[in-house]
Amino acid sequence: MSKKLHVLVVLALLVGLVGAFAQPAAAQQPVKELTILWAEWDPATYLAELMKDYEKEAGVKVTVKQEPWGSFLDVVSKEWAAKGTAFDLVVGDSQWLGQAASEGHYVELTDFLTETGLKDTVTEATLKYYAEYPTGSGRYWAFPTEGDANGMAYRKDLFEDPDEMAAFKEKYGYDLGVPKTWAELMDIAKFFTRPDENLYGVAIYTQKDYDAITMGFQNVMWGFGGEWADENNDPRGAINNEGAVQALEFYRELWTCCAPPGSSNIFFPEVNNYFISGQVAMGMNYFAFFPALANPATNPYAESTGYFAMPAGPTGERFAALGGQGMSINAYLPPERIEAAKGLIKWFGREDVQAKWAQLGGYTCNKKVLASPEFLEVAPFNAAFAESMEMVKDFWNVPVYAQLLEVAQRELHTYVVGGEGTAKETLDRIAEEHYKILSAAGLIKEATQ
Amino acid sequence: MTATTLQAEKVAQRHHVRRISDKTIQTAFILPTMVLLILWNIFPLFYSLYLSFTEYSVIAGAPPKWIGFENYRNILSSPLIWKYFALTGRFALLSVGLQTIIGFAMAMIVRAKFRGSGFITTLILIPMMLSPVVVGKFWAMIYNPTFGPLNYLLGMPPPRGPDWLANPQFALWAVVLVDVWMWSPFVMLLCLSGLKAIPEYLYEAAAIDRASAWFQFWRITLPQVAPLLMIAILFRTIEAFKQFDVVMGLTGGGPGDATELVAVNLYRIAFLGRFDTGIASAFAYIVLIIIISISNLYIRYLNQLRGEA
Repeated sequence: MSKKLHVLVVLALLVGLVGAFAQPAAAQQPVKELTILWAEWDPATYLAELMKDYEKEAGVKVTVKQEPWGSFLDVVSKEWAAKGTAFDLVVGDSQWLGQAASEGHYVELTDFLTETGLKDTVTEATLKYYAEYPTGSGRYWAFPTEGDANGMAYRKDLFEDPDEMAAFKEKYGYDLGVPKTWAELMDIAKFFTRPDENLYGVAIYTQKDYDAITMGFQNVMWGFGGEWADENNDPRGAINNEGAVQALEFYRELWTCCAPPGSSNIFFPEVNNYFISGQVAMGMNYFAFFPALANPATNPYAESTGYFAMPAGPTGERFAALGGQGMSINAYLPPERIEAAKGLIKWFGREDVQAKWAQLGGYTCNKKVLASPEFLEVAPFNAAFAESMEMVKDFWNVPVYAQLLEVAQRELHTYVVGGEGTAKETLDRIAEEHYKILSAAGLIKEATQ
Repeated sequence: MTATTLQAEKVAQRHHVRRISDKTIQTAFILPTMVLLILWNIFPLFYSLYLSFTEYSVIAGAPPKWIGFENYRNILSSPLIWKYFALTGRFALLSVGLQTIIGFAMAMIVRAKFRGSGFITTLILIPMMLSPVVVGKFWAMIYNPTFGPLNYLLGMPPPRGPDWLANPQFALWAVVLVDVWMWSPFVMLLCLSGLKAIPEYLYEAAAIDRASAWFQFWRITLPQVAPLLMIAILFRTIEAFKQFDVVMGLTGGGPGDATELVAVNLYRIAFLGRFDTGIASAFAYIVLIIIISISNLYIRYLNQLRGEA
C-alpha cells in the first residue's frame, strides 16, 4: 500500500515538473486566437464581423463573446475577482475605468497609445472619458472603441404634418420643429400628449436598477448649470445648485406631463418599444440603439424617423450624457497574450479599419472618419451623433462610482417617479451622501489637505 | 491441488475482501458528501462570517482587513437599512397573512370531491411552478396602465387607471398581490394534505353531538391542520425575507425605494459594481439571525401545538 502511495507521489511530482517546464515552451507559441468580451448588442455583432478581417490579415482568430447587459458587469467583476483570463480584451463602460485602473485589472496603455500615435487619432472627449484615469492625468487604460451618447429620435410625420404645424404655431407662437432648447422640447412634448389617441410627447429614461434615470437627468442638468461636483470634487453646492434644482423639476414635469403611463422603470429597449409602437412623438436613447429605429423591418415609422442632438438649457449650453466604451486589456494575461492584444488594438485603430468599423454600424471615435462625408451620410442618425460627440459629458469614473450611482438612482427615482419631497430636498440629500462617500474615499481635494 | 483446497482458498479470499468493515464502507460513502458539504456549505458559511468582520471587496485584489464589528455597527445605525427591514417586515406580514387565508380557503374548497376537482387543483398549483422572474415581468405587463388588462378589469381603462408600479402607495401592494398569487397554492397544498388526514369519525362524532359547522371548523379542522399550516407559514415567512426575483422583475425596488426589500438592497451592496463584500456579508448575517429567530418562534409554537395534539 505504501509502495503504491510512493509511486503516486512520484507520478504527481513528475506531472508537476512536466507542467512547469511545458509552460514556458507553450509561451513561445505565437498567439493564434484572442477573445474580446462585450455586452450583447448590435455593435458587438458588427465587431465580430470586423474581426474576420483581422483573422485574414494577421492569422489570429478573434472571438467576440457577448454577455447580456444585465450580467455584463457581473461577469467582468467575477473574472477580476478570480484574476481570470477568460477574456483577453474587454470593451468596458467608461465608469469602470477608475476601479479597473486603481485595482490593477487593466493594462496601462499610456506608452502604447503614445508610441503608436493612436492617442491622436480619436476625438479628445472620447480619449478623456473612455481611456483616461485619473481625469487630466494623461494616463490611459483603454482605446476608445464605441463612441456613444444620448440623443433623441422624433416622428417627422407628426412634426412635418401641416395641420400639426399650424396648430402648434397657433398655440405656442413659433414654428414646430426640432427643439433648440429644453423649454421648446417641453412645449412639443405637451402638444403631442393626447391620451385619448394613445399618443404621448416623449419617452425618457426612468429605470432604477443601474444608471438609466441618472443618465437621463444629467442630459438636462448640465444644460441648466448643474454639476455632479465642483472643481475640488465637492458635490455640495454643485449638484444642489439652483440650476440643478430647476433641471430636476423640469425632468419630473416632463415625465409627469408627457411620458406614456407605465414608463416608470424604463431604459433603452422600452424607449424604443414605445417609439416603434407609435405611442410617443419623441424618444430619448443612446445612438447605439437607433439602428433599430432606422430599420423598416423593426420600426413601421422608420422612413419618417428623424434624430437630433440634445437641446440647450437656459445657460445656452448643450450636453449629452456619454455612453460608449473603450477596449482594455486584461492585466492577468501572460505577456505574450498582452502583446497580441496590443497588436489587435493597433490594427483596430488604423484609419481604414475604423472606416470599415463605421461602415458596418460601429460608432467610431476616429476624428477623420467622424468628419468624413461618407460617415455623415451612411446612416440617418450619424449627423446628430457627430454633433453629440462634440458636447458629451460623463459622470464619475472613480472607484466608488457604484456607491455614488446607487444614491443618485434611489433619490432621483424617489422624486421623479415617486413624486416624494421636493427637487431641492432630493438634491440636498444626494449632495450630502455623495460628500460622505467622496470624503471617505479621499477624493475631495480640501478633505485630503 | 484438490477441489477442497481451492474452495478453501476462495473462502479465504472472500474473507480478505470482507476485512473492510461496515464502518469503513459507511465512511467511504459518507466522506465524499462530507467533503462537498464542507467545501460548498460549511467553509463559505464560516469564511463569510470572517469576511463580515473585515473591510473587503472581492474584486479589489486587496486582502481582507480586520475591522471588528464596524460593518455591523454601520448597518445597524443606518436609517435606510432599518427602513428596508421595516418594509420587508410589512411585506412578510401582508403577503404571508393573505397567503395563509387564501391558501386555507382554497384548500377547504378543493377538499370536497366534485367533478373536475383534481383538474382545478392542478390548475391552481401552476403559479408556484413558474419562474419568479418571469412572473415578475409578466405581472409588470398586467399592471401596465396603457395596455395591461388589470385596469380594464377594474373598469378604469386608459388614461383613467392608476400606474400601480409608479405609485409609492400602491407599489408594495402590487408586489404583495403577485407573491400571494404565486404562493397561495403552496399553502393550499400543505393545508389540503392536513385536511385529508383528519379522521372522518371526528366529524361524525361532532355531528351526533349536533355541533355547528363553525364549531367543527374551530375545534376540529383548524387544530388538526394547524401543524401543517404553521410549517407553510414558516416556509413562506423565510421566503418573504429572501424575496428578490419578483421585486426585481416588477419594480426593481422602486419607485424610489418603496419596494426595496432587504434582499434587493443586499444584492445592490454585494454586486452591481459596488462589491462591498465585507458589508454584504455582515448584512447577510443580520438577515440570517432574524430569519433564525423568527423560525425558532414558529418552531416553538409548532412544538406546543404538537404537544397539545
